[in-house]
Amino acid sequence: MESVGNIFMYFIIALAIIVFSVLTVTTRKILRSATYLLFVLFATALLYFQMDYEFLGAVQIAVYAGGIVVLFVFSILLTHRPGEKADALSSQRRWLGLSAAVLGVAACGYALLSYGKFCTAQITKDGALEIHELGKLLLSTDKFGYLLPFEAVSVLLLACIIGGVVIARRR
Amino acid sequence: MDLTLLMYLIPSLIMFGCGVYGFLTRKNMIAIMISLELMLNSIDINFVVFNRFLFPDQYEGMFFTLFAIAIAAAETAVALAIIINVFRAVKNVDINEITKLKF
Amino acid sequence: MPLSFSIAVIAIPLLMFLFLGLAGVKMGRKLTGVLGVIAMGVTTVIAYGVALTYFFDSSYIVDGVRKAVIVWNPDWLSFAKDYVVRMGIAIDPIAAMMLVVITTISFMVHLYSLGYMSDHHGNPEKGFQRFYADLALFTFSMLGLVVATNLFQIFVFFEMVGVSSYLLIGFYYHSPAAIHASKKAFIVTRLADLFFLLGIMILGYYTKSFDFFGQNGLTGICDSQEAAQSAISMAGGATFMGCSVMAWALTFIFIGGAGKSAMYPLHIWLPDAMEGPTPVSALIHAATMVVAGVFLVARLFPLYVIEQGAMEIICVVGAFTAFYAAAIACVQSDIKRALAFSTISQIAFMMTSLAVSSANGALIEIHGGYGLGYMASMFHLFTHAMFKALLFLCAGAIIHAVHSNENSDMHGLHKYMPITSIAFLIGCLAIAGIPPFAGFWSKDEILVACYEKGLGWGLWMSAVAGMTAFYMFRIYFLIFHWKEHKVHTEHKPADQVWTMTLPLIILSVVSVVAGFVPMHDLVTWDGKELHTQLNWTVAGSSVGIACVGIALAFVMYFKENALPSKMKNAFSGLWEAAYHRFYMDELYQFITHKVIFKAICVPIAWFDRKFIDGFMNLMADATSQAAYGIRRLQSGSIQGYVYLYLIGALAIAVVGMVCVLM
Repeated sequence: MESVGNIFMYFIIALAIIVFSVLTVTTRKILRSATYLLFVLFATALLYFQMDYEFLGAVQIAVYAGGIVVLFVFSILLTHRPGEKADALSSQRRWLGLSAAVLGVAACGYALLSYGKFCTAQITKDGALEIHELGKLLLSTDKFGYLLPFEAVSVLLLACIIGGVVIARRR
Repeated sequence: MDLTLLMYLIPSLIMFGCGVYGFLTRKNMIAIMISLELMLNSIDINFVVFNRFLFPDQYEGMFFTLFAIAIAAAETAVALAIIINVFRAVKNVDINEITKLKF
Repeated sequence: MPLSFSIAVIAIPLLMFLFLGLAGVKMGRKLTGVLGVIAMGVTTVIAYGVALTYFFDSSYIVDGVRKAVIVWNPDWLSFAKDYVVRMGIAIDPIAAMMLVVITTISFMVHLYSLGYMSDHHGNPEKGFQRFYADLALFTFSMLGLVVATNLFQIFVFFEMVGVSSYLLIGFYYHSPAAIHASKKAFIVTRLADLFFLLGIMILGYYTKSFDFFGQNGLTGICDSQEAAQSAISMAGGATFMGCSVMAWALTFIFIGGAGKSAMYPLHIWLPDAMEGPTPVSALIHAATMVVAGVFLVARLFPLYVIEQGAMEIICVVGAFTAFYAAAIACVQSDIKRALAFSTISQIAFMMTSLAVSSANGALIEIHGGYGLGYMASMFHLFTHAMFKALLFLCAGAIIHAVHSNENSDMHGLHKYMPITSIAFLIGCLAIAGIPPFAGFWSKDEILVACYEKGLGWGLWMSAVAGMTAFYMFRIYFLIFHWKEHKVHTEHKPADQVWTMTLPLIILSVVSVVAGFVPMHDLVTWDGKELHTQLNWTVAGSSVGIACVGIALAFVMYFKENALPSKMKNAFSGLWEAAYHRFYMDELYQFITHKVIFKAICVPIAWFDRKFIDGFMNLMADATSQAAYGIRRLQSGSIQGYVYLYLIGALAIAVVGMVCVLM
């Protein structure tokens, strides 16, 4: 039996995710869309916190909310006049998109419900990971060590830095 | 009332549906990128949730998400750089106007 | 000097080729040339040391037989356990003699080229360093050929000699004539080498060995008469089209040699090869490479002795070529071409001599005429290399002085170039066979050998010897006498610089004394000493006929007169035919262009174009048409793609679910 606070918390997060997700894709002002995305990402970070993955939640906030959304905002400001509104969608386009989304969600939902004997699983034990434990795993070469992907990502990031500079440079 | 796995997957699924819808209907390339981020985020949640509920002794899902976030950041940076470059060239970010790559 | 020094004889030219070829451009012309000459000089000294040791150290003679020595013979290709191709150095009498010949001529040519190649019509010669690198490559290949321990190695170096000859003939690569000549030489000799390879394969298939000389308890095919006999009998009497397979193999190998040695009808490349620089002609196309074929037959002589059929073919081809080339040489106006045909004729002498060597019959028991032809052939190879190189180097000096190859631009040069004139005269006397010059001794032995085979052969070769005297002195008188030289105002012809004159003097001396080398003691086919004596009848008659030839040339060409043109008009048909080399080139042209190209190449090309290419084009067209058909799918709308992708994903999901549910 979960604590009431936890359940309450869950509902707030789930509601925020659903509402802000929908708003993100329906608002006609692009800057607002980015802001709603930020809220979705915050809600996700809260979800991670609730599941005791504090480090992951922190990364989610730092990278997504602090980095990516800022990037979005910058590029929006670079490419749009303030207050500009997107054109209204044609109904055909909307229905096409909606049907695709609903069909996809329905298929996944059906799959979840029909095969999900694990759907009723609950959190049974404390899953918190000490931060120094995590650091060791990240730089370990053991069976559950992650040094190789860690290094690969570092190279990828370097490549992205160079690529971003080269692509965005004014010629 | 118990908080089950399914209860966490449903918001994630809806988030993914929103991402699909946005991706298919938006004309602005940056908005499309935002929808893409939504989808990616929902997948991240799935990884974490499965990890936490089914295999609490291991951390593969968590680490996978960690790396996915890093890669998503990189991908977004490059994509936005390209979009800005395209904007510089054609003064437009409308996906329907930029069809130079077709045959 | 131990025989292992012969490794250095091979190695130095190879290293010089690599060094001069790679670093020559950076070094400058003078240094390159001097370095090449010095390296070649060192090689020559070592080669002389090796040869003298081999010939005069009695430890190499066992039971009165001079044994071949294998200096170095590592495995190269191992096909099977006891079927190995080796690559190494073997010294036997002919190899030692050839080492001397090659290094001497090569050294002379290296020295001579310092002067000859220094300028080209007054301008500095381009590619001077390349020339020296190629010379070193050629020397290396030729040395590797003569010391080969097995047939395969000979073949490899045969090809390398061909390549370096190709490079040197085409030295003036900006001149179309030189390019054509080099291609012609390469293709003709390649064609012959194809037969050579066939011969090697047949021989190797039956004898299971490529080695000439035994080593580590194995016997080589040329070790002794018994070894050769057993090698031949390994074919087990297998025949092909009525002849034994060994006769076929040996004939094919002879064809390979005939290509390099310019025997009729594969001689057509040699006159054209004169497009190369004259020192090259002296080295490659007079003294060394063209005798590779003779050397090859001599090397396999124990086998040829047994297969008389192959010997008969060589004999006929040689005798005919000797006459044919001599006839052409009588009317050529280009000095180098005339010398080239003279070379062909003299090499044919050597071939014939080898071939008549076995005339006296069954096997070794009869000693006299048996080894004589072989010895005479090698002797003539030795002396001919010296005086023909001399003649070519003289020709080079003359060409350098008057800037022309034609007789008509020379005339009366004796007054201006006395040293060259005397050297040329010595060369002519040597080749004509006047005692005591070198050619007399060797040619006399050849004629004796021919008379021993039969009176007809002897008379025929004597007649050719007379023609030799005639055409050589015709050339000599036309160049140096005939009439006063028309002196051009800008420069008078004169003897050339010392680097060019010194080799002439040295080779003149050698041409005088080379006949006194006791070749019959040193170079015999079975390693035993051969006791010969001067056959006064043959010697007297050959000197007589040579004198007749010289006298005839003197009458016709010493002073300007109308006799030659009268003769030309009287026998105009014959003269024209000989001048055009009896239309052999035209015949080849006809066969290759009209017959082979039209009948074989054109249909093959048609098939290639229509069927092979057609199939490929069909595939390409089908692909491109299909691509054009479906390219509309590529609308450029990214969301369209995603939509399709989504539909696909959903379809797969639905199919999966249906499958699971059922």
